[in-house]
Amino acid sequence: MPSLRQVRLIGKPVVFTASLLPLAWLVAGAAGVGGVDLGVNPVETIQDTAGIWALRFLLLTLSMTPLRHATGQAWPLQFRRMLGLFAFTYAAVHFANYLALDRAFDFMEIIPDLTKRPFIMVGAAALLMLLPLAITSTAGWRRRLGPRWIALHRLVYPLTILVCWHFWWQVKKDVTEPLVYSLILASLLGLRMWRSRRKTGMLT
Amino acid sequence: MRQRHPDGITPSEITPEAVFHARRDVLRAAGFVGAAALLASARAGAEDIPTRYRRLPGLKKSPYSVKETPNSFEDITSYNNFYEFGLDKTDPAENAGRFRPKPWSVSIEGEAEVTGRFTLEDILKPHPLEERIYRFRCVEAWSMVIPWVGFPLGDLLKRFKPTSKAKYVAFETIVRPEEMPGQKGRTLDWPYIEGLTLAEAMNPLSLMVVGVYGVELPNQNGAPLRLIVPWKYGFKSIKSIVRIRFTDKQPRTTWSEAAPDEYGFYANVNPEVDHPRWSQATERRIGSAFLAPKQRTLPFNGYGAQVAALYKGLDLTRNY
Ligand code: HEM
Repeated sequence: MPSLRQVRLIGKPVVFTASLLPLAWLVAGAAGVGGVDLGVNPVETIQDTAGIWALRFLLLTLSMTPLRHATGQAWPLQFRRMLGLFAFTYAAVHFANYLALDRAFDFMEIIPDLTKRPFIMVGAAALLMLLPLAITSTAGWRRRLGPRWIALHRLVYPLTILVCWHFWWQVKKDVTEPLVYSLILASLLGLRMWRSRRKTGMLT
Repeated sequence: MRQRHPDGITPSEITPEAVFHARRDVLRAAGFVGAAALLASARAGAEDIPTRYRRLPGLKKSPYSVKETPNSFEDITSYNNFYEFGLDKTDPAENAGRFRPKPWSVSIEGEAEVTGRFTLEDILKPHPLEERIYRFRCVEAWSMVIPWVGFPLGDLLKRFKPTSKAKYVAFETIVRPEEMPGQKGRTLDWPYIEGLTLAEAMNPLSLMVVGVYGVELPNQNGAPLRLIVPWKYGFKSIKSIVRIRFTDKQPRTTWSEAAPDEYGFYANVNPEVDHPRWSQATERRIGSAFLAPKQRTLPFNGYGAQVAALYKGLDLTRNY
């Protein structure tokens, strides 16, 4: 049963460092150091790696509350903000890679993508929803927004649904991978709904 | 996630190509177009290719070769789509080791005077092999330049004397789930099937391919016999062929059946007709400088002069 102090002094730095590893791998590969090889199509490797880690961090963020309930302990909530901010970081790398390396800032290509291609539009919508969550993740904003903060941060659910949809849509044929992530999301959502139903049931 | 090479040797051991690429990028940046062209002839020599691949001697040079710098042997053999060996583009190189391309035979069927089963040796015997450096454009918007080794498909087909009823040629890939792990799943409806009009098949650009970079085809690239139709998206260029059938009706094709709104029978490279989910206007040339922008995709992949006439009067927006 880790104390808050242990979480702050050991847990957080460990999780923080571990969360940086995929990014470090990408940076090393892009710089061609440390023997890291991003393969024959590095731009695609960066795009997919950053995207998948953004989704994984979203799902990890969403797992903290159920984990708290399952363990009866408060420490999982200590990681929620950090994991959410990593989700945003990886999503930002994903988008930056798209803009800079994939599209080379060619707005004649980017604008039609953002207005015509459904899978990109869905990704963009998710990113636009993620942005205010990252900005208002600080204690100051939380205080200032009060109950509206909780309402705002519920956006994380529809946003993660959009990301799964974005993932699903860009697959050429085999949907196993997006299906697995969608099922994890569905279980997390299901757990939450089941709990809130039970809670209201107890109140009445 | 370092890429494993089938030999267990690292890419840097087999290929000074990285150096070659770096040099090429510098030259390109400096605008030494002429020097870059010189380097093209200095591309990977036979000594850079693992010795277990049999050399194919006495290759003719072809006037149909493009002047662009070919991709490295490593690029060509470690990044491609071959769903029979898995869905990722690194899967074919990793999973094709158990495939046995010998002995091999091809069944010739349908509207032709000469039909039956032929050994690969019978198929190849009369045809002198040539090297053809072609652009290769994948429907996923990446491309390479590849020095194939083969002979004109038309020369092969003529030997079977197609009848006047033969309007199309259908091709089929082998089914061997024990050797092709991707075939254990139902991602696609095996066997993989493809087809061309007879006129397309007779076009001098259509190539029966048995090798790349002067050696016999690695398993992951469609050994021992594959098609290359350079003005069409890569999925038309069916691999590991065991059946060729002359037909009077347009043959079914794997991808147009799997997703008819995304892939058609013709599948000509066309920058003006986007895939429903991504643009076909540009392509990423594999092996180009890390920060190089995508390049414009050319109609018919740049082979319009030789093939555009095949499609006169055909609405290519609808017949994608
Ligand atoms: C404007 C915003 C976005 C754009 C332009 C964009 C673009 C892309 C592109 C081009 C791909 C690759 C498709 C391919 O490999 O063929 C992709 C895949 C993906 N994206 Fe996004 N995306 C955006 C937002 C997001 C966000 C916010 C997330 C997650 C938080 C995300 C997660 C993913 C995932 C998980 C994949 C699949 C990766 C894989 O194939 O393994 N994307 N996106």
